Amino acid sequence: MENPAIHAEALSKRYTPEAAPAVDGLSFRMPRGATWGLLGGNGAGKTTTIAMLLGLLVPSGGRITVLGHDMARDRFAALARMNFSSPYIALPARLSVAENLRVYAHLYDVPQAGRRIAELAAQLQLTELLDRPAGQLSAGQKTRVALAKALVNRPELLLLDEPTASLDPDTGDWVRSWLERYRAETGCSILLASHNMAEVERLCGHVLMLKQGRLVDAGSPAALLGKYGRGDLEQVFLDIARGRAAEAVP
Amino acid sequence: MNRAALRRIWGMIYRHLALYRRSWPRVLELMYWPVLQMVVWGFTTTYLIGLQGNSAALAAGTLLGGVLLWEVALRSQMGFSISFLEEIWSRNLGHVFVSPLRPRELVAALMGMSIIRVLVGVLPAVLLAWLLYAFGLFAMGPVVVAFFAALLLMGWAVALGVTSLILRHGAGAEALAWSILFGLTPFSAVFYPVAVLPGWLQPVALALPSAHVFEGMRAALLDGTIAWGHLGAAFALDAAWLALMAWVFMAQFERARIRGALLSIGE
Repeated sequence: MENPAIHAEALSKRYTPEAAPAVDGLSFRMPRGATWGLLGGNGAGKTTTIAMLLGLLVPSGGRITVLGHDMARDRFAALARMNFSSPYIALPARLSVAENLRVYAHLYDVPQAGRRIAELAAQLQLTELLDRPAGQLSAGQKTRVALAKALVNRPELLLLDEPTASLDPDTGDWVRSWLERYRAETGCSILLASHNMAEVERLCGHVLMLKQGRLVDAGSPAALLGKYGRGDLEQVFLDIARGRAAEAVP
Repeated sequence: MNRAALRRIWGMIYRHLALYRRSWPRVLELMYWPVLQMVVWGFTTTYLIGLQGNSAALAAGTLLGGVLLWEVALRSQMGFSISFLEEIWSRNLGHVFVSPLRPRELVAALMGMSIIRVLVGVLPAVLLAWLLYAFGLFAMGPVVVAFFAALLLMGWAVALGVTSLILRHGAGAEALAWSILFGLTPFSAVFYPVAVLPGWLQPVALALPSAHVFEGMRAALLDGTIAWGHLGAAFALDAAWLALMAWVFMAQFERARIRGALLSIGE
């Protein structure tokens, strides 16, 4: 695979020398233009993996290359070409939506920032909300604003941590449809961590299954369903979480 | 520093200015303490002059000068540290640190905010001292700008230390942002000469840029001379403390990236 979006080699992280590894020997190559899912229960290592891919956390071992940049030596060049969204990291609540987006347009050195913000606001149905303080928005509106922030620099790689957490089914479906369309139009690579198996099945062409920091299985949703003999990814997830190997599944 | 770096620095300054634009109580709070200090010390010195006449007038001038200049150091340090805390309180650090903003650019933006907060906070108190007590801080001459600058730099050095402690210990170290510089007041010789301190304490005072600034201020107010030695020492010490604290900050930032503290800071 030539110049993948993400190349993780034997990635590991121990928060303290005594603690069990949060991530243990994780390796994968995610091609450009793909949407991949990072699945696993609580404490499986998804957030730690994403934090290392973003340079927020230094790995204890291994190597990460993002968009051709070695994250240990050249992370800022990669960060300018990627972006991230998580419902667990807020935007300043007292700033308006437009002000928040302007801040990030400056941080990512976006040319013609005003035009880009107007374009995103139109695409994500935020135009009416631009002057509202970010803290006064509903969960669905906040998710759309967070997406606008994550797209402000036209990222080549988008990391999403539970992009539809706490959204009602209708809004969640809207976000998923929007992401599908966006990826098809721009060729952006997307890595998303989620607990929503239906979402992963719908959006992702390839899934990385993590358990206790280790990659325990990987493949397309269809391949995993076939391998485990299950009808949906949730059952596969439960099989893996409860330690049932593919061969042992009736 | 290239155009993109300057734009990132401006982005962080803009983020704080937008916050102040939407919150007049925050702007008022910037001026509140310096003005209150000025009023209390102004009336105190007026009372002393009334009791002792002209002999107290010169001392009163050094007291008011001390109050105003010490506010520069206090507001400089708080302006830097509290702007950093604003990012923690708004749970925004995760977004900031995964953007292309370099740590040194964040520091430059915090210094920019510190200058703005000092000007907004201290200039009304300087004006009030002139209007109410006929004390003109700028009567010392252009050297007062050098005093301002030396204390501003000292405030940044202390703030880098405070920010490093917040990176190391999280929200538990927040209180230091308000209190740490008050602890240096006795050694800074704000209201009295260094010679008043016990001999063993004088080297401690002379290791602080502020003690040299206030010695210089007294020379300017009482003798009308510029104490170049003290001024030079103040800037040299500022450079040394800033270099040391910048190193401590960068070391703590990298340790925070290793420990995962940037994921949970403020929680």
